[in-house]
Amino acid sequence: MAVLIYLEHEEGAIKKSSLEAVSYGKTLAESLGTEALAVGLGSIPTGEWAHVGHAGASKGYHVTDERLNAGVILAHAAAVSQVFEHAGAEILVLAKSSLGDAVAARLSVKLQAALVSNVVALPDLSDGFQVKRSIFTGKAFAVTAVKTPKKILAIKKNILDIRQDTHDITIEKFAVTLGEKAFSAKITGTDKAEGEISLPEADIVVSGGRGLKGPENWGIIEDLAKAFGAATGCSKPVSDLNWRPHHEHVGQTGIKVSPSLYVAVGISGAIQHLAGVNSSKKILVINKDPDAPFFKSADYGVVGDAFEVLPKLTEAIKAIK
Amino acid sequence: MKILVCITHVPDTTSRIQFTDNNTNFDKTGVQFVIGPYDDYALARAVELRDQTGGKLTVLNVGEAETDPTLRKALAIGADEAIRINAHPKDSYFVSQQIAHVAKEGAYDLILMGRESSDYNGGMVHGMVGEMMDLPSISPVMKLDIEGNSAKLSREIEGGKEELEVSLPLIVGCQEPIAEWKIPNMRGIMSARTKPLTVRDEATYEAHAAVVSYSLPPAKGTVKLFDKEQVEELVKLLKNEANVL
Ligand SMILES: Cc1cc2nc3c(=O)[nH]c(=O)nc-3n(C[C@H](O)[C@H](O)[C@H](O)COP(=O)(O)OP(=O)(O)OC[C@H]3O[C@@H](n4cnc5c(N)ncnc54)[C@H](O)[C@@H]3O)c2cc1C
Ligand SMILES: Nc1ncnc2c1ncn2[C@@H]1O[C@H](COP(=O)(O)O)[C@@H](O)[C@H]1O
Repeated sequence: MAVLIYLEHEEGAIKKSSLEAVSYGKTLAESLGTEALAVGLGSIPTGEWAHVGHAGASKGYHVTDERLNAGVILAHAAAVSQVFEHAGAEILVLAKSSLGDAVAARLSVKLQAALVSNVVALPDLSDGFQVKRSIFTGKAFAVTAVKTPKKILAIKKNILDIRQDTHDITIEKFAVTLGEKAFSAKITGTDKAEGEISLPEADIVVSGGRGLKGPENWGIIEDLAKAFGAATGCSKPVSDLNWRPHHEHVGQTGIKVSPSLYVAVGISGAIQHLAGVNSSKKILVINKDPDAPFFKSADYGVVGDAFEVLPKLTEAIKAIK
Repeated sequence: MKILVCITHVPDTTSRIQFTDNNTNFDKTGVQFVIGPYDDYALARAVELRDQTGGKLTVLNVGEAETDPTLRKALAIGADEAIRINAHPKDSYFVSQQIAHVAKEGAYDLILMGRESSDYNGGMVHGMVGEMMDLPSISPVMKLDIEGNSAKLSREIEGGKEELEVSLPLIVGCQEPIAEWKIPNMRGIMSARTKPLTVRDEATYEAHAAVVSYSLPPAKGTVKLFDKEQVEELVKLLKNEANVL
């Protein structure tokens, strides 16, 4: 009957979105009168497990196999399904991500559990099991009735606060059996920006568009991002022009973000860009054109030249912090 | 090589989304339907690979008769044949069952899909079909090359990318810049009319979930505007109203 939460981590550090999933799972477990358990794969230090406990999990299954430090989709799916069965869980909760999506899809078939993705709220249990999810890239919502006894919920980022429970978590080391097949996709290399704030995980995102005129002007974006403690993003033409790397491109065909604050600088606000940012809690737009469409979707706006506004804004933030 | 590309038939990305029948159905009035943007990348790469290695390229959609023009467009872009499984796509699980059913018979070396559909954005069908067929599924993939019996791919991960090597057969969820979108030319459009489009009955499978109702997000309040001399005021609001500082 229990609720199991699948954790993702970056070099051992549990992702914020996974802690949100733990808190979601715990609150759901409370309304079902059951427990929230977590499963973590690969090397995760004890201190990190404590965060998982405070976010709501009473027990953690730790599969220490180091081959699972990498996001090997088949192996992760196989490991989580073994823990799920062992724990007698009925619901799996995870944070939506490119790895999470892939693992959840395979688990849905393995466990014969309905998978609902992009979940934005706790389920309504008053008439069966109904969950609200975001569809049409944030332009609408659908309430979905889940028909299977086992269920998998992939939740959107930043839809709830992480709990600060005081109880401790007990950790059980759990060994899984993984055949050769689980590692049939060989990872031959990774190329990752080090030390940057992760764009999909960030609480504040500062993005620049074609209005910045060229890659040499990104310094003012980076300064503003630094003052905010934000990750940097960009519009599609900016990554198409190779001003910025592809993994920073936000929108319909890029990364979808849902930070507490999205700052758009020199971006016109095309519908395909909005599709990637419309679930942000607040939006600040800086554009020299008062008629830029983005202002219609913004909470705050500065009408002015980015090259004049950004340095002033950066200073003002530093002053208040 | 035999390649299968699964395509969705979705509202154009600029469409206004509205619902009818007391918010229980999507309102198709005035909406233009297109090949899903990610599926378009998958199709473009499939055409290139077919041209390189020879073989046959099949496109597949699970949908009702209204999706035929979308399949014809895929034929015009370069697919050799199309299959439509005549069914209302109830949920991802149901759609995956239909795809896996047909794909098992076809013995394809490569199955390409979009990273996600632009209507339900699940990013799930490739993984589900992979599990149903006991094949690896890799997504979101930005680069795909075939060398003999194995595929070299580059997959986007948070903050970067990962290089992979996998033997065929394989399922891939595609995204840019895997290939440039292809626009059908006149010859393609003419030949598409005579290429085979087979309609098949659905296989019997249950859906796992069903939509009860739809809704739209609440309208945004009016924007609070400032000029460059008022950034201190703005920052105060960011701190005290938006609570982000
Ligand atoms: C199928 C499809 C998918 C797409 N997917 C995406 C996507 O995922 N993400 C995405 O971003 N786009 C996407 N696009 C492209 C999208 O339609 C727009 O073309 C794009 O978002 C525009 O980028 P931009 O706002 O940076 O540039 P522009 O539209 O050129 O806007 C530049 C803005 O900068 C302002 N500006 C200029 N100078 C200054 C200055 N000195 N100070 C302040 N402001 C200034 C201008 O007023 C203007 O508003 C997609 C398009 C299609 C067809
Ligand atoms: N009804 C369908 N017919 C054919 N292919 C589909 C269908 N639905 C989804 N797909 C494929 O699966 C991919 C992922 O879809 P989704 O899991 O819905 O985000 C899409 O990009 C398509 O390639």
